Amino acid sequence: MTGLEQGAIYALVALGYTLVYGVLRLINFAHSEVFMIGTFTTMWVWGWMGIDQNTKIDSVGQMVMLIVIGLVAGAAASAVTAVTVEVVAYRPLRRRNAPPLAFLITAIGASLFLAEMIGIFTKRAPFGPPRIIEPAVAFAIGPFKVTNTQILVLLVALLMMAALDQFVNRSRMGKGIRAVAQDPDTAALMGINKNRIILLVFVLGGAMAGVAALLWNVRYGFTKFNVGFLIGLKAFSAAVLGGIGNLRGALLGGLLLGVVENYASGLFGGEWKDFTGFVLLVILLMFRPTGLLGESLGRARA
Amino acid sequence: MSVDKTAKAGSNGNGNGSVLKSRWENMPKQFRWAGMIALVIFLYLLPFKEFYLYLGIPMGDFYLPFYTARTEMAQVLFDTAVFVLLAVGLNVVVGFAGLLDLGYYGFFAIGAYTVALLTSPESRLDVTWPWLAAVPVAVIVTLIGGVILGGPTLRLRGDYLAIVTLGFAEMIRLYAARNEGILQGQRGIPSIPHPPGEVNGDAIFGVTDARPYYWLALTIIILVVFGVRNLARSRVGRAWVAIREDEDAAQIMGVPTFLYKLAAFAIGAAVGGLSGALFAGNRGFINSDSFLLENSILVLAAVVLGGAGNIGGAIVGAAITWYLPEWLRGVGSSLGLEFDPAEYRIAVFGLVLIVMMIFRPQGIIASKRRAAEFEDRRKEAVASE
Repeated sequence: MTGLEQGAIYALVALGYTLVYGVLRLINFAHSEVFMIGTFTTMWVWGWMGIDQNTKIDSVGQMVMLIVIGLVAGAAASAVTAVTVEVVAYRPLRRRNAPPLAFLITAIGASLFLAEMIGIFTKRAPFGPPRIIEPAVAFAIGPFKVTNTQILVLLVALLMMAALDQFVNRSRMGKGIRAVAQDPDTAALMGINKNRIILLVFVLGGAMAGVAALLWNVRYGFTKFNVGFLIGLKAFSAAVLGGIGNLRGALLGGLLLGVVENYASGLFGGEWKDFTGFVLLVILLMFRPTGLLGESLGRARA
Repeated sequence: MSVDKTAKAGSNGNGNGSVLKSRWENMPKQFRWAGMIALVIFLYLLPFKEFYLYLGIPMGDFYLPFYTARTEMAQVLFDTAVFVLLAVGLNVVVGFAGLLDLGYYGFFAIGAYTVALLTSPESRLDVTWPWLAAVPVAVIVTLIGGVILGGPTLRLRGDYLAIVTLGFAEMIRLYAARNEGILQGQRGIPSIPHPPGEVNGDAIFGVTDARPYYWLALTIIILVVFGVRNLARSRVGRAWVAIREDEDAAQIMGVPTFLYKLAAFAIGAAVGGLSGALFAGNRGFINSDSFLLENSILVLAAVVLGGAGNIGGAIVGAAITWYLPEWLRGVGSSLGLEFDPAEYRIAVFGLVLIVMMIFRPQGIIASKRRAAEFEDRRKEAVASE
């Protein structure tokens, strides 16, 4: 269960990587920082509302309200960050038809800059956002104990992913995303505003990262300026695992990675946990470079 | 050593530096050699206190020094030299072959740890080799490490390589930090011996004077630069350029791309291992905190800043990246500013990476070929803007 829960957070962040990669063929390194900013924003918004670690939250209504507010704030902040990075850093490069290497280096630059600015601003201290929900065992299936936070995390994550999946597959804008992912130039000829679609992709990816950030706060109650790095790495592994550019692949990859990691840490000891995901990624890349469900946002369902 | 044929083509307008550059390239060969030798002598003299104290710019009654006022000059110079060596190695991977390697510091760590394990009497391996014997082993181990890591990943697209190498470097650090067995976790490995050599019964490489280390590092840099330079102008170097410009085309023309990519990766790794060995020999102590990920990215920033694909560019970029914050620390305090530039270093270089990629992707001292590649792409038609 812990694995599924962690996997759900990975999967949400992985969606952002997958969306951007599917459309732009770019690994958005700054995405981990988008997530990190989400964690800080939800924390600050709660703090600004007068909620800190010592506040006792009794009523269910207040709890739900706090989570919804955190969700909206986190998603909004993350989306704004993602869009800013796109407009400031990537768009000028696209206009100049820069090689992929230049994009990648820019992405790293953006990631470093965001992480360090927050790092300097927060004096590199770790923060503990308030515990909105006290973890408690809700019910048990045999030997597996399911806590209330786990239910929340899984529920919200699955809900968001289902919504995103429907959006991309059903709506008019979703069709635009798939078109640009398949062939940007032809899509442009067909009257699709490429830049607007790319912007939309960053908004969606950022919002997903924001939701993941809220869930992270609820679950772990810990954040730091470099919290995004490891999550980003894992989420990217998850995206590759499921087939980068494929939304359902990201979900599968995330959940799988979470489970395998926790299983491995039980098997070999905690110090190997972060190793497992990485080894899994390398092995998978050797045998099935396009991931479990295959690549491409457009082609997979074309 | 023949004069570069491309020199005559010079000055096709890649920025302001090109005028100076083409003038330099049109000078007689002897003159250029003399210039290089003068520069090298200057660099060897730099750590002498009597010398560097007089370098600087007088500004009215205020004297703007060139040396690092807060930290010991020779030590800073040594660290800069190690960093320059790293940049020269990474330049082979990123600049020549066009492979984005984000885990370069991982090889640095492997080199340092290999030396530490083999030489330190306190390591879990029960051997105490002299430092000098451990260095080639460290280089070979990192070379093999490069092949092992490159083997599966280099078959894939460039972006995967970036993320896998990034993960690799971080995993090495995490493993070193958490593993209490052979790498001794956060406690690290102490009492690594210094390089050998004695003068009048005193060890040349002691703990108080960093100058011999700097000279050693400088000598190694010069040797490595010569090696890399010759390599880049050989068949191997041309193959790298072909791969960088268009991998598919290179493959079709009969270049064994995978082998050459692997070679670039392994050579870069070996240079990284060498600098790691130097670092371990100087510090005498390493633990996982010596190999933070940000350094990995700083090296990349240095190479890109200076001009990827150009050895001179990599050197200048690295020297700026490392020396400038140290120098600013001293200057800032003598100007009455109280801040720590090292704190802002990474943020600033992150910004620099973005800005450079937009406005001058070829770097400060550009490699002409690379600049031309960027120009070419810029001219290609871009749909839908």
